[in-house]
Amino acid sequence: MAARGLARTMAHFWMILGVIIVAFPIYYVFIASTHSVQTILRPPLPLLPGPEAVANYTEAFTGGVGRIGGVSLWLLLGNTTIIALGIAIGKIVISMASAYAIVFFRFPFRMACFWLIFITLMLPVEVRIQPTYKVMVDLGLIDTYAGLILPLIASATATLLFRQFFMTIPDELLEAARVDGAGPWRFFKDILWPLSLTNVAAIFVIQFIYGWTQYLWPLLVTNSNEMNTIVIALKKMISFADADTPWNLVMVTSVLAILPPILVVVLMQRWFVKGLVETEK
Amino acid sequence: MARIQLHDVRKSYAGQEVIHGVTMDIADGEFVVIVGPSGCGKSTLLRMVAGLEEITSGQVSIGDRVVNDLEPRERNIAMVFQNYALYPHMTVRENMAYGLKIAGMSRPEIEAAVARAAAMLELEPYLDRKPRQLSGGQRQRVAMGRALVREPAALLLDEPLSNLDAKLRVQMRLQIRDLQQRTAQTTLYVTHDQVEAMTLADRLIVMEKGLAQQIATPHEVYTAPATEFVAGFIGSPAMNIFTVTCDDSGLLLPGGHRMPVPGLAARGEVRLGLRPEDICLVEDDSPAFPVLLRSIEWLGADAFGYGVIEGSDVQLTLRMSGQTSVARGDRLRVGLPADRLHFFSTVDGHRL
Repeated sequence: MAARGLARTMAHFWMILGVIIVAFPIYYVFIASTHSVQTILRPPLPLLPGPEAVANYTEAFTGGVGRIGGVSLWLLLGNTTIIALGIAIGKIVISMASAYAIVFFRFPFRMACFWLIFITLMLPVEVRIQPTYKVMVDLGLIDTYAGLILPLIASATATLLFRQFFMTIPDELLEAARVDGAGPWRFFKDILWPLSLTNVAAIFVIQFIYGWTQYLWPLLVTNSNEMNTIVIALKKMISFADADTPWNLVMVTSVLAILPPILVVVLMQRWFVKGLVETEK
Repeated sequence: MARIQLHDVRKSYAGQEVIHGVTMDIADGEFVVIVGPSGCGKSTLLRMVAGLEEITSGQVSIGDRVVNDLEPRERNIAMVFQNYALYPHMTVRENMAYGLKIAGMSRPEIEAAVARAAAMLELEPYLDRKPRQLSGGQRQRVAMGRALVREPAALLLDEPLSNLDAKLRVQMRLQIRDLQQRTAQTTLYVTHDQVEAMTLADRLIVMEKGLAQQIATPHEVYTAPATEFVAGFIGSPAMNIFTVTCDDSGLLLPGGHRMPVPGLAARGEVRLGLRPEDICLVEDDSPAFPVLLRSIEWLGADAFGYGVIEGSDVQLTLRMSGQTSVARGDRLRVGLPADRLHFFSTVDGHRL
């Protein structure tokens, strides 16, 4: 009993230590967002919330950030939400459709298609960024939501995940649906989609965060400040000299940049975990 | 309800023929069981009728309509799968209603049909449950309900009882037979279990290696098997089959024993089939041959004796009364029932 108690204490000790290490920078971001620039820049770092919280957040929302980036925080958050949602939903639509085709239809070069999708996994995004940029320029999609979203919505990983899940659907289920008179679309809508919901939730969470934290591509494909995402805006707010950077507002923006992904994870956590660990069949 | 006709139905996979031409006429309301060992093509044949497998050549008609190129839904059939294939996210009610909903039936009509089927199968208490909350037997009944609710032209069942335990299987077997008789539903049923086949069928198709070896009533299949394969496959314990020489006065058995049998045609070497229950022990001095009893299985009402014909290594199974006093190691005198002998060709296994 004592040994088990000790083991449990040790386990908790390491877990709490891990949480502190991971969470401290985030905590510090929050603390810093409640102090004035002068306090932040003068060591030591305060560890408790300061008196400037209301002032900082009000300033950030009412134009403080706008003065730096030229656009309001609301617009940045809105842009980022549209892009993250577009990428997450787009990825799910495209990868589900391609996995559906690969698993349930027999067409020429089916396996060739699968392998083509599969080998794109081996190419890092950076390798194809130049040609992609050229295509976007030619299509006139620079500084548009389409330009920000489209190149990122093809996902070999999500296609593979859906393919693996679809392959676990017993053939008889498809056959029963055929006997019941369900065509391909009805089978997808009435049977495959409801059974995939937990997987969709898991992939949505992962891809939403992927979209939210995009940096390189939005940096390349946007010129105007109105199209910036919050991550890009953050980058632009930080200048080389410490004294020129409104660190208090940077911290406020950081907090606001972190909140939506956290919200998505918390709201979808139950489904997300279910989708990762089990499938209801 | 309708009749089903198969005409020289064949199936090939990549040039390899697996069903070698099955022809059969299934009457309206008839219960036909396709039985055979695994890999004989019985499921493939059923799936061709269902429209889940393409028909390579030949013709399938359901209710006088050629259905070769029709999708399953256009054939007006219903199917019960071995693993039931219930939609896991739908309740029992939704499972049964799904086909009707797609067919465009109105809501009150669907409800009435589902209620009728549920009553017939005693499923009313479970209508709002999901399949995973049901036992194996209940799932099986839901699968039956989903099939029957549509009042299809033909009901197709692919080993529907093989996932149930032995006791439940007997129960469900009776229930299926009863349902089929009440609804007079044309039914095609696939199984590898000969007890299911014998008890359920109006007529049997015994298949082996993609060929219908015999299409006949269970009684006929048992008493006059058309081929050596059918003889050995149907019946438990299996029929004794061995090679004998046949002339016009009798048989020369393995081990050199001569048995006079009146009224035989001289056929030379043939395969002789003897049902275990047809072999009798001879007490008087009528013609008999010696069998050495190697072991005995006592089952209560019956006892099965396993022996060899003396002077040979041909094994023989005998079915005896449970009251028998014979014991292991005994030398039995065994007679042949002249009117219960089955002869098969040594060349092609056909009944002579």
